[in-house]
Formats: sequence, C-alpha cells, structure tokens
Amino acid sequence: MNEGRKEILQIIFILTGLVFLVKLFSIQVLDNKYAELADSNAILREVEYPFRGLIYDRNNKLVVYNTPEFDINVIRKDIKDFDSTKFCEVFQMSREELRKKFQEMRARKEYSPYKPTLFIDRLSNAEFARVQDHLDEFPGLYVQARTTRSYTTSALANALGYVSEISKGQLEKDQTRIYKQGDYIGQSGIESFYEEQLRGKRGVKFKLRNVRGIEKGSFKEGDYDTLSVPGKDLITSIDIDLQLYGELLMEGKSGSIVVIEPGTGEILSLVSGPSYDPNLLTGRNYSSNFILISNDTLKPLFTRPLMAQYRPGSIFKIAQAMTALQEGVIKPDTRIRCDRSVIGCHGNHSNEDLRGAIENSCNPYFHGVLRRMLNKGVSEDPYEDTRIGLEEWNKHIRSFGFGGNLGVDLPNEKGGLIPNSAYYDRAYNNRPWKFSNIYSIAIGEGENLVVPIQMANFAAIVANRGFYYKPHLIKSIEDEGPLPQYKEKQFTTIDPAYFDIAVDAMERVVESGTGQYRAKLQDIIVCGKTGTVQNDPLPDHSVFIAFAPKDNPKIAVSVYVEDAGQGARAAASIASLMIEKYLIGQTKRPHIEQYVLNGQFLY
Amino acid sequence: MRKGADIYGKLDWPTIFIYMALVILGWFNIYAAVYDETVSQSMWDLSLNSGRQFIFIAASIVIIMGIIIIDMRFYEAFAYVAYGIILFLLILVPIIGKEVGGNKAWLGIGSFGVQPSEFAKFITALAAAKMIGTVGFRMDNLRNQVMLFGLIGLPMFLILLQKDTGTALVFTSFIFVFFREGMSPFLMIVGICAAFIFILTLLIPNQLYLHGGIIITLALLIIFGVKKLKRISILVVGAIIVMGVIESVDYVITDVLKPHQQNRIKALINPDADPLGYGWNVTQSKIAIGSGGFFGKGFLKGTQTKFDFVPEQSTDFIFCTIGEEWGWMGSFVVVVLFMALLLRVIFIAERQKSRFARAYGYGVVSIFFFHFAINIGMTIGLFPVIGIPLPFFSYGGSALWGFTALLFILIKLDAHRGQVLQRL
Repeated sequence: MNEGRKEILQIIFILTGLVFLVKLFSIQVLDNKYAELADSNAILREVEYPFRGLIYDRNNKLVVYNTPEFDINVIRKDIKDFDSTKFCEVFQMSREELRKKFQEMRARKEYSPYKPTLFIDRLSNAEFARVQDHLDEFPGLYVQARTTRSYTTSALANALGYVSEISKGQLEKDQTRIYKQGDYIGQSGIESFYEEQLRGKRGVKFKLRNVRGIEKGSFKEGDYDTLSVPGKDLITSIDIDLQLYGELLMEGKSGSIVVIEPGTGEILSLVSGPSYDPNLLTGRNYSSNFILISNDTLKPLFTRPLMAQYRPGSIFKIAQAMTALQEGVIKPDTRIRCDRSVIGCHGNHSNEDLRGAIENSCNPYFHGVLRRMLNKGVSEDPYEDTRIGLEEWNKHIRSFGFGGNLGVDLPNEKGGLIPNSAYYDRAYNNRPWKFSNIYSIAIGEGENLVVPIQMANFAAIVANRGFYYKPHLIKSIEDEGPLPQYKEKQFTTIDPAYFDIAVDAMERVVESGTGQYRAKLQDIIVCGKTGTVQNDPLPDHSVFIAFAPKDNPKIAVSVYVEDAGQGARAAASIASLMIEKYLIGQTKRPHIEQYVLNGQFLY
Repeated sequence: MRKGADIYGKLDWPTIFIYMALVILGWFNIYAAVYDETVSQSMWDLSLNSGRQFIFIAASIVIIMGIIIIDMRFYEAFAYVAYGIILFLLILVPIIGKEVGGNKAWLGIGSFGVQPSEFAKFITALAAAKMIGTVGFRMDNLRNQVMLFGLIGLPMFLILLQKDTGTALVFTSFIFVFFREGMSPFLMIVGICAAFIFILTLLIPNQLYLHGGIIITLALLIIFGVKKLKRISILVVGAIIVMGVIESVDYVITDVLKPHQQNRIKALINPDADPLGYGWNVTQSKIAIGSGGFFGKGFLKGTQTKFDFVPEQSTDFIFCTIGEEWGWMGSFVVVVLFMALLLRVIFIAERQKSRFARAYGYGVVSIFFFHFAINIGMTIGLFPVIGIPLPFFSYGGSALWGFTALLFILIKLDAHRGQVLQRL
C-alpha cells in the first residue's frame, strides 16, 4: 500500500538540494552583481578633492583662490532614528525644505541607498561651523570637504570663467573618464581652457566599515589609496589694476577693451562690457545667480573681446594700405582724388597721398586702392581678374590674423570673416560678381567681420612692424612659461619696411588728425586710428586702435564701444586713458576720464 | 564492559561522522561570523558565541552518552510522559518565561535559559511515533487521524502562543511521516498545491490567468485521464478549493498575517522593492552569499557577515558566513552533507523492524529536512524569512541539544533493531 512513498520523499529531498546548489551557483559564480554590492556595502570610498590651481596677475597679485566649502552627503541606509525637528533646527531649514531635499536626493539619477548621495551642497565655512558639532547626532550624514573659487576683485569675470558641477552632457563626452558625477569643472574662460592644468589629481582612500558606518581600518592596508595632487598655479599676463580701470571705464557701455603687450603677445587687459561679479557664480547661490546672469538681456556672459564679430570700420584702412604697398599697386606718394560721388567721405581734403588718406580716413582713396588691387588686369575677363585680385588680397589680410581664430587661450573664440571668391560665389548664388559689387570691403564695411582681439593684435603688428605673437592670457603655468604655441613669432606677408609708413600715418592721426582731441598725450607719442562703424538705426559703433610709445612700443590697444558714435570720441578716449594708466600710472586728463565715465551708451 | 563494546559496534557510524562534521563546521563558522579583526579574540573566548558554542558541544556529548546508556525501551515507554511534561513547560513559558528577541520562548534556570520549544520537536516526534506504532492504529481511520493531528497540533498551538511562528511551522513537516505511514496523499498534494498557488498568485497580478489555468488543467484531466465519476468529483472539489485559495490570498495577506509576516512574503517576491526596509535581510543575505564567488573569500575574511550587514549572522543567517567565506565550494559541501544525512536517516528508518522506530525515523528526517530547506531557502531568497535555525550550524544550546537528542535517539533505537524483531 505504501510502495514507492520512500522513493517519493527521497526524490523531494534530492530535488531540494539540487535546486539550492543551482541557485547558489547562479548567485555566487554566475552573477557578479553581488560581489560589487558587497564592496559598496563594506568599502567606503573617501574622495580627497585636490586644491584647484591659484591664478595670479602679471605682478603676482592673487586674483583667484580657493575657500573651503562642504557638501553633506547621505547614505540612505545608514540613517537611523532621524530626528527631523532637530535637523531642521540645526540646519535652519523648514520641514518643507527638508522634505524637498529628500525628494531631490531620491530623484538623482545616481541615487542609491548604499552609496553617498549629495544631500545639502556647498555649505560655506561659516555655515559648516554652525552645524559641525551636531553632525554626529545624525548617523548616515557624511561630510565631503572641497573648495570653491573666490576672487580678490570683481574684475576679469569673462576671461576667468567659472567653475561648476559637471553636466550630464560633459560627463558623457568625457573620454578621459577622469570626471565623476558631482565633480566640478571649469566651464568657461581660463578655468575651462586650462582645466587640465588647474584641476590637479583627486586622491582616494578606501576604508572598510561595518553596517553602522564605523570604520574598521583601511582596505588592503591602503595599497589602493592615493594622495590628492593640487592643480598648477597660473600666472596670467593680466595687469589687474589696468583691468579694474578698464572695467570702470566700460561701465554703462557695451563693448570691449583689449590691451596687448606687442613684444610678447601677452594680454594685459581684456574687458568685456557689461560684465558681472565673478563671486556671484560661486558657492550655494550659483544656480540662482547663473539663471539671473544668463537671462540678462545685455548678455554679461558673452565675452565680447573674443566672440563679438563686428565690421572693423576705418581701422581696416591701415591693413588695406599695407596690402596695396606689398602688391605694388600704390606707392606712399600715390595720390587719389577724393571723389565723393562713388562713396561718401568727411572732412576737408581733396587729393591726399597715402599718409594723408590714413590721417583723414579718406574713403574714396581706399576705394581706389582696392580697385587697383582687385583689377590688376592679369586676366582679360574682368570677373576672373577680380577673383584673382581678391584671392591675393585675402591672403595678405589673413596674415594679419583676421578671418580665422587667432588661437587665444580661451574657449569659444570667434574668427570673424574675410571674404574670398568662394564666399562671394555662395553669396551671389554663383551669378557673376565684380569689384563694383563688393567695394565696401575697401573701408572695413561690407562683409568683413573681425573680433576686438584681432583689432588689438593688428595694432600690435603695426607696433612690431610686421609680426606678432598669438595673444594669450597665461604668462606662465607654475614656472614652466606659457604654452609652446605662444612662443612662436608669427609673420605677416608684408615687407616690414612698409610698416613705417603706417606708423607715421597713425602718429599723425593722433597728432593732428581725427584722434587729436581725445587721444593725444603730453609725454608719449601715441599712434592710433579711429573707426566709425555704421550701425543703422542706432548710433554708429565707436572704434579705436592704438599703440604707444611710437618707438619700442609697450602697449597695443583696441577699443570697441557699441552704439557710441564716432571713434574719435568714446573709443579714442578710453584707449588713451588705458595707455596713460599703464605707462604712467594715472591720468593727467581728468576731464577725459570724466567724459568717459559720464558716457552711457546702452540701448 | 562487553555489553558496552557491543553497543558501540552497532551504532550507525556514518551518521555519527556526518553529525560530527556538521557540528565542527558549524562551530568554526560561528567563530567566523562573530570574529572582529580589531579585537581578535580566540575561538574559545567565552564572551564570544563560538566559545559558548564549544560548551554546548561538550554538553551535547554528555547528552549523547546519556541517550546511549538509557535502556532503549524507555523512549517508547515514556514518550507520552515526556510529551505531557513538555506541554506543561510550554504552558509555563508564556507565564513565567523571559523574553529574548521579541519571542517569549525561554525558561530561565538561574542565568541559564532553555527553549522548551526546541525540545518539543523530538518529544513530539517520539509521541507521534508511539501513537502510530500502537497496535491497530490505521492512518486511514478518521478517528486515528484526528487524534494524531491533535497530538501534533497541541504543542504547535502552544508555540504559536509564544509568537514563535517559525518553530510552530516545523510541526507541519510531520505530514511527511503521515504520508510514509499510509495517509492518503491527497492532503499532502493539496497542501503543497495550495502553497504553490498562493505564491503564484502573489507573482501573477491578474488572477484570471490562474483561474483559467486551473479550469483548463481540470478539463484536460477529465478528457484524457480520469473517467470514474468519483474521481472526477474529487478533482472538481479540489479545483474549487484551489480557486478559493486564490481568492483568499488578498484577504490572508492583508487581514490574517501580521505586518512583519506580510513584509517577509513581499520581500520574497520582490526584495528590491524596499531593500532598506522589509527587503533588507534577504538582500543583505544574498549579497553576502553571492559575493563569495566560487572559492570564497577565505576563513575570517568575509566583510558582509563580519561587519554586521547580515542580521542574526551566527544564528538564523549562519549560512551567509559559509557562502561568503567558503564560496560555492563550501556551500556545496554543506548541502551535500545535509543530503547525505537525510538519505542516511531514511535508510536507517526503513531498516527498522518496529513501526514505532520507523515512524520516529521519518519524524527525524522530516524535521531536519524542514529546517534545512526553510533556512537555506530563506538565505538565498527562495523562501520567505522564517526564523528557524540551521541544524548543528546555528548558534544556540537548546537547538543543538534538541537536534542532537533527535538524531541520537534514532541511532540508539537503530542499534537495538535486532531485539525488536518479535514486536513488529
């Protein structure tokens, strides 16, 4: 009657054992998930964030430094007997805020109850001091110390850039796998361009801990631990006093000032107006301030010296003159009649030579110069002839650093535009075009686009009589000097001999021409050129480039003030004040300074 | 002296060797589970569970001696008396017992405490075997069945009063004994089916599928197999009962089970839903075992069990230490040792000449099997968390002595099986 029942029971027992062995094999041998989970359980990874490199000005004045700040991380499973009333009291937040904090934490993509997750970010030193003594009353809370950027002045925001938490997009793009969620990264300016030098190396300590988070010694005797390595300090070429003065002068104006040391290409000052206080983009209020600043209609985050592309206006006539001399289509004493029927002009002159034409900024003269360059008669076909002329012209103009990125050590530099044949073919949809269609490029209008730093670089080229170093902001990385590309001399395609003519002409612009009222200095010979760029329906843009002193120049400047009228006014004043400030230390012309400070050209 | 030498020769040494292996492995793993690198106490340190377990093991040897020396007729003769005493103790426990870990299951004698429920297992096995062994007892007789279920149910009920659900459930394992001794398999099959369907209902949210499946199975059985009207009616009744179980799952889960019991079932189905709350034990237990890999982390090298991630790591969750430190190899050895023990005990039970001894043997195997299956099953997430010890491994004097007595009474009866030939 009970036949086979023993066997049934034996089979049940054996099957149970087999099921266990298979299940054990699957979780122990086949599935690696559990080993990883065990590590994250028992091994606490303590990150030691490195100090970001400091940033100094050219005279070793500290500009950017680090101040400690503290993140409070939470390991959800370590939280026990959480006293929310006490917590709200200590951290001075409402229950509503606390609940929001928890919600935010859980909503994070990387959230795991077993791993530290950011809970409260960026407590300042003072805030942390207040909560520090109470932290051990809240198990599950861990402090992560790191540093935030602080600035000694409110100047140079656009060039310095800012540092913030790495975005999801940046993390995905990061090929180096150096960054982790929650890391800080330079987002613009020097902070971004020199991120690799500034960031240093993160240190890691692995610690064993039990379920209550109590440390049980280091993991494998600390064999895997690494020390953090601080980032490299940077010495900028900026003269912070000059920079501050420039920013003062640009108040209430939109535009830029770029000051370069011609002999080295070092940028002495890089003013973008309007700007913002860099201290706003640090610490806990980063997010709210960032939204305010980035929504500002005057675009303070837009680095105008590198990114604003303008028509260069009359300052371009200097480059035209150099090109024409090099091409041999004019001589310094070539005279062209000021025929105002083809193109408008200003002032009282009629038949100038090259120097006079520059001094008086004669439009018909340069119209004629460009006609000679583009229509040299090398081809029977007038269209083909223009093409050949334009390509040669383009090559020379580009050698001044126009029409392409200069290679400044800042991100997001724009290159501007110097048109060539291919450009006009596209613009005219492959219909034929000739000189009469494109002549407005002769006087720096038309299709030409340059950025302010190219203008300052151009002033430096004339100051150097024919060469330049790529403009750069970092004079030295620790004591290693600048990046190698900034030590190479760049030459134009123009014979250096021709530059003396340009220098003479620019001297006369300030001595007796359009710049004499506001750019002339008592003891220093300033060479400059005004520009007034058409900007209908708003007032013209005011442009001025200059260098000084005439012999052995120490400073080259470009000033571009949007909507401020003639170049001889706002731009010339600002440029000369900058030269005075840098070479003498203060202005002897308070009325000019007052004139600039009173000028409001924001529309 | 001659008699003594005689009895040692007749003892079933394979079983004794398995027993010794399990007890010694258990002792080492208890030490590993409580070992703290920063303190580094010795295995014998009495402030550690492993030190105390050594005392318990030593006391077990005394118990074994006693069991062997006592006349074999004593066990059958005094089964009901012992049963009466244990019932009395179980009644006493809720009244004068002390509470340890939420369960009021301990009787204190000075600073020393015992759990009568641990001893109730082998005493009930003895009493049940005696009843089954009574001349004229028939498993298919309703009156006998009621008496037998009463005999099992009484201690079970008293233990439930102590809120020790796990130990109470152990008594359901006697169903294997009854099955072997001739009870209709209907009850066992329906029971297993009901449990199976219960779990299935929790896993499959739409109960319509289950009902459909049952009706189709029923139809197939009637069309292709069963032709007799009586059997068909039994099948239909069975199907209706199963469908009733399905409908009652929600009710049982929410209204009958206590919240912590509900959570254990939820944790079984989806431990990841709340890994910090009700899923904690199962999740951590699986992490500890799973992180052991093939060869394990090595003796005393486990991090999960040592740093208290696994709860109750020297008692109910002792298997985690084995899994973590000895890997799949170690788990394999332990599982195989238990399988060997179970099969050996069945072999011993089957060679008994008396129905009493055989029924007792099956009681032994049923209780071991239940503990083994439920305990390891829960640590690897195959069963809900039910707090019962892994025999010989889990720390605890009462449990070790209870299991030792359970096994060695059988060995004692087996040694004398030749003398009871005439009584079959």
